[in-house]
Amino acid sequence: MSNGNYKITDFVHIKDHRIFHGKDQVFKTEKSLGLDQFLKASYKKLEIAYPKFHKMDGLCKLGIVASEVLFKDHYISSDTALVFSNSVSSLETDKKHQQAMGRMVSPSIFVYTLPNIVLGEISIKHKLQSENVFFIENRFNAEFMRDYAEVLLEAKKTPAVVCGWIDLKNAEYDVFLCLISKKGEIPLSKENLKQLYLFENE
Amino acid sequence: MSDLRRELKQNIIEQLNLEELEVTDIDNEVPLFGDGLGLDSIDVLELIVMLEKDYGIKLTDPEQGKEIFASIDKMAEYIEANRTK
Repeated sequence: MSNGNYKITDFVHIKDHRIFHGKDQVFKTEKSLGLDQFLKASYKKLEIAYPKFHKMDGLCKLGIVASEVLFKDHYISSDTALVFSNSVSSLETDKKHQQAMGRMVSPSIFVYTLPNIVLGEISIKHKLQSENVFFIENRFNAEFMRDYAEVLLEAKKTPAVVCGWIDLKNAEYDVFLCLISKKGEIPLSKENLKQLYLFENE
Repeated sequence: MSDLRRELKQNIIEQLNLEELEVTDIDNEVPLFGDGLGLDSIDVLELIVMLEKDYGIKLTDPEQGKEIFASIDKMAEYIEANRTK
């Protein structure tokens, strides 16, 4: 598949205390900062001004920070679809919930024990009322993401798709989200998605 | 401000992750939900857990929550009258 109609309009990476918008590094902190501190510093730097952010788990905070960067220069229609994936679901929060089960569970932890909550939080923040889906894969699957995005776009269900990878495991995070639409220069292809995903690691 | 009211505000800020608020930002009479502090339904559940854990109060009727969590003053009055620890 891949009919050449669609482009990778923009993309964002978050990994190892750094945030990249496209290929430009837009934020970096000391590596000594833990995940919570890094996310709090990112929140301040990006001037997100959304108090609910502080109540979210790490996966949702990563999604909010990434979407804030990705959406900054674009009009995002309420029909914009979200197609995310990762390798460990909501494991970090699941573990916290499991630890709390011996004592008194926390409702505010429990509500984040599903990976697709991040899709809901992004949808609430950006007022999206669209298709969304979260897949669990061993690794970022560029071909599958391309195909799924194209199916949604070809079906005229949405004018744009945000797809990618948002992984959080043992406080290590790897986020790569792309905005796919008819705008932009980079053709939507498996190779381009894979190359852009790997770019930050080079 | 009574110690209990101050303690409640501190606990609410910590347990509900209201990181952008200070104890002095919360008035005793302001509604905790809706246009006041803007807490939501998950926060109510968290407050119910807090009552049981910190003050030994177990709420059995969810309808009670509307009255008890109306403000810091109302919470403090209820805790003073019903606490077991």
